[in-house]
Amino acid sequence: MATLDSKIPSGPLADKWRKHKVDMKLVNPANKRKYEVIVVGAGLAGSSAASSLADLGYKVKCFVFHDSPRRAHSIAAQGGINAAKNYQNDGDSVHRLFYDTIKGGDYRAREANVHRLAEVSANIIDQCVAQGVPFAREYGGLLANRSFGGAQVSRTFYARGQTGQQLLLGAYSALSRTVGQGLVELHPNSEMLDLVVVNGHAKGIIVRNLKTGAITRHAADAVILATGGYGNVFNLSTYARQSNATAIWRAYKRGACMANPCYTQIHPTCIPVSGDYQSKLTLMSESLRNDGRIWAPKKKDDAKKDPNTIAEADRDYFLERLYPSFGNLAPRDIASRAAKRVCDEGRGAGASGLGVYLDFSDAIKRLGENGVRERYGNLFAIYHEITAESGYKTPMRIYPAVHYTMGGLWVDYNLMSNVPGLFVLGEANFSDHGANRLGASALMQGLADGYFVIPYTVGDYLAGQKAGSRPSIDSAEFKAAAENVTGMSQRFLGTKGKQPVSHFHKRLGKIMWDHCGMARTKEGLESALQKLPALREEFHATVNVLGSGDTLNQSLEQAGRVADFIELGELMCRDALTREESCGGHFREEHQYPDGECKRDDEQFGHVAAWEFQGKDKTPLRNVEPLNYEFVKMSVRNYK
Amino acid sequence: MVAASTPPSLSVTLRVWRQAGPKTLGQFKDYAAKDLNPNMSFLEMLDVVNDGLTIKGEEPIAFAHDCREGICGTCSLTINGKPHGPGRAIATCQTYLRSFRDGDIIVVEPFRAAAFPLVKDLVVDRTSFDQIMQAGGFITARAGSAPEANGLPIAKGVADLAMDAAQCIGCGACVAACKNASAMLFVSAKVGHLGLLPQGQAERDRRVLAMVHTMDEAGFGSCTNQYECSAACPKTISHDFIARLNRDYLGATLRRAFQPEAATTDGGGA
Repeated sequence: MATLDSKIPSGPLADKWRKHKVDMKLVNPANKRKYEVIVVGAGLAGSSAASSLADLGYKVKCFVFHDSPRRAHSIAAQGGINAAKNYQNDGDSVHRLFYDTIKGGDYRAREANVHRLAEVSANIIDQCVAQGVPFAREYGGLLANRSFGGAQVSRTFYARGQTGQQLLLGAYSALSRTVGQGLVELHPNSEMLDLVVVNGHAKGIIVRNLKTGAITRHAADAVILATGGYGNVFNLSTYARQSNATAIWRAYKRGACMANPCYTQIHPTCIPVSGDYQSKLTLMSESLRNDGRIWAPKKKDDAKKDPNTIAEADRDYFLERLYPSFGNLAPRDIASRAAKRVCDEGRGAGASGLGVYLDFSDAIKRLGENGVRERYGNLFAIYHEITAESGYKTPMRIYPAVHYTMGGLWVDYNLMSNVPGLFVLGEANFSDHGANRLGASALMQGLADGYFVIPYTVGDYLAGQKAGSRPSIDSAEFKAAAENVTGMSQRFLGTKGKQPVSHFHKRLGKIMWDHCGMARTKEGLESALQKLPALREEFHATVNVLGSGDTLNQSLEQAGRVADFIELGELMCRDALTREESCGGHFREEHQYPDGECKRDDEQFGHVAAWEFQGKDKTPLRNVEPLNYEFVKMSVRNYK
Repeated sequence: MVAASTPPSLSVTLRVWRQAGPKTLGQFKDYAAKDLNPNMSFLEMLDVVNDGLTIKGEEPIAFAHDCREGICGTCSLTINGKPHGPGRAIATCQTYLRSFRDGDIIVVEPFRAAAFPLVKDLVVDRTSFDQIMQAGGFITARAGSAPEANGLPIAKGVADLAMDAAQCIGCGACVAACKNASAMLFVSAKVGHLGLLPQGQAERDRRVLAMVHTMDEAGFGSCTNQYECSAACPKTISHDFIARLNRDYLGATLRRAFQPEAATTDGGGA
């Protein structure tokens, strides 16, 4: 049984981080260069961590499977980044950002972690501006803000619709500087395929060079994973195609606990699936719901008709009907689930039957087509590019899509996992968003972890480790891990089955979407837990991976990732089945109020579930970390 | 709308560059792609072709891709001679089959440039771009040392122009489109973005000198002002930034000649 000590400092909430920074041990500047730290991943969290630690004087090696750190999927975030600057003089404060985030997470995050996130949020904006991130500005030259969901203040900073891109390029520039200065050794095209644990501490990784196939071993005094989320378990998502869970999953199999894997966020407004060839779902900004009205045909027979021919009386504005006070601006999870129910009833629009209409005809009557174009022109253009349909002439079709995972590797207040020396940052960990993440908070967390938390907490760990005590890469542990990786590759290449990897990924995605998606039931999850082990066996017996292991081989890369997704999918279902309540993105149909709201059970489930690997084909162990709310009262989120 | 839900299918022939590795000879190979949905993206078509190849026991076509929404800069195909294909202001991943006609022969090649050595099939190595960035594509600002963000007002017009340049996705289409394989648009976008901002002034001269030097070392060609780069750029970054880069470079060279930096300042950064 894993020891889950959250290491939350004592004292008043607002003093915890300040006090902890004083209490943490330091490594003196001359000794820092004797410690080597591995950073895996170079998104917001990884790049910011690698450059910050290098600036402190540690020797840093950064590994990224992309051909360049600038490709990490943080780059695709659109909307913005929250920070409690209170530039708008509208009543924002650290406490308010903390409270909004805790409440938005449906009271399933740690108070102390979230408060620290809110505290450092303002420093992030300072840091990014100093790096040259071109945030939107007002005519007076000061920074502009906009509003986002789940908040009553304007605290979101943005750079057009490309905030993630600009923040990532800022972090990438800091990383590039430290690489150029020789402070960071950068390894692009390098995928981590195993974690090496020596005497209970994380001491290195095994890496495959994706261009040459070479398997190499790398020892370090600490290992940091910043490898992002696992939404591609569902195959179709707003994630990049290569986003994967392999680093965190292989760490799980080496003893790191996986916390709340069932917490996934489904975004309501995405462009729907158009065919079984589809590889990707594209997000349409939630802001469209300010002026668009969502509806579906009342009659199943109308589902395939041209929507412009469906009479007003035959349209069901279901969000307005079901949630009269919130209407089309119902929260993400509520809106997503309502759209799914309509489609499940056979009233979904489009060839696939998986879509509802987002209709601007009333807005066009009110504002004129140009008025709508001024507000949302770029979004209508994206929609047209993908669907070849004009949202001005015909209602847009939208459908919810997987878009973020709140679950991840368990970490304590120092962002260290239960395996000492293994730290986990950004979306890869579970710590700050509870059961539901608010918009514009993912970028905030990635940079908070990398710039302002890990530089302190890694030192606290390393101060307790003897400098220069890294194990040799010829040690038994490294040898065994490298052989494990080589063996996996050889098995995939040697199977010589019939089906490409994508065949299994699609089937996995369907099982997960049907049974562990927006609405979950005991029966559905139990049936998924029957289907997934069978799929796993079939995959390993009949997958066809051609080519060799010693060149670029994208099928081989994908095979390893999908193998991990299938196993992780099983754990997600197990977690969802065990969590007999609804909270945030985890909705169990058995646990709802009559109006369809999530029914939490704080008594039974006011805790973090951290799963511990017990070996192949053995049921993992469910460890529990109680969530002690000392400063905020757990209450029912009410959106009405 | 109804037409889009029941689209006519199309069939095309793909003439694809196949090359097993950097040291082997490559050649074009034809593949029939049949009964395709026009709403399919170009890369999804390659996914389907690759699955078919795998089932037949032929090694699939290697191609670079990731976000599939035009922002990560990974995809890098030259389609019918045009980097990122026939569309304007989009990346390869935003190209849909409705841009093609039934029966078309579509030629698919990698981005070709001496500074982008081929890895396999349609995948090239753009490490040279990272090296240019490592030489000077940054403002030095250690975490923890930043001043208050609103302490430095920046005129909206300047910030917007910097953002225009900062949108570069680092794909390399500008290089692939240029007959000289010049990287001037890429370099000028970063030099322009950082050089426009007041935060970027301290390192302005060192930045432009170091980035241009590294660009030349990496084997990119010179700019002869044809502006194919801007035309191919998925973010339509203007060639005006190249003029700005030239001015910055000239000014920095002159200042360096008459006001050499102290030797001790050459230690880090560039």
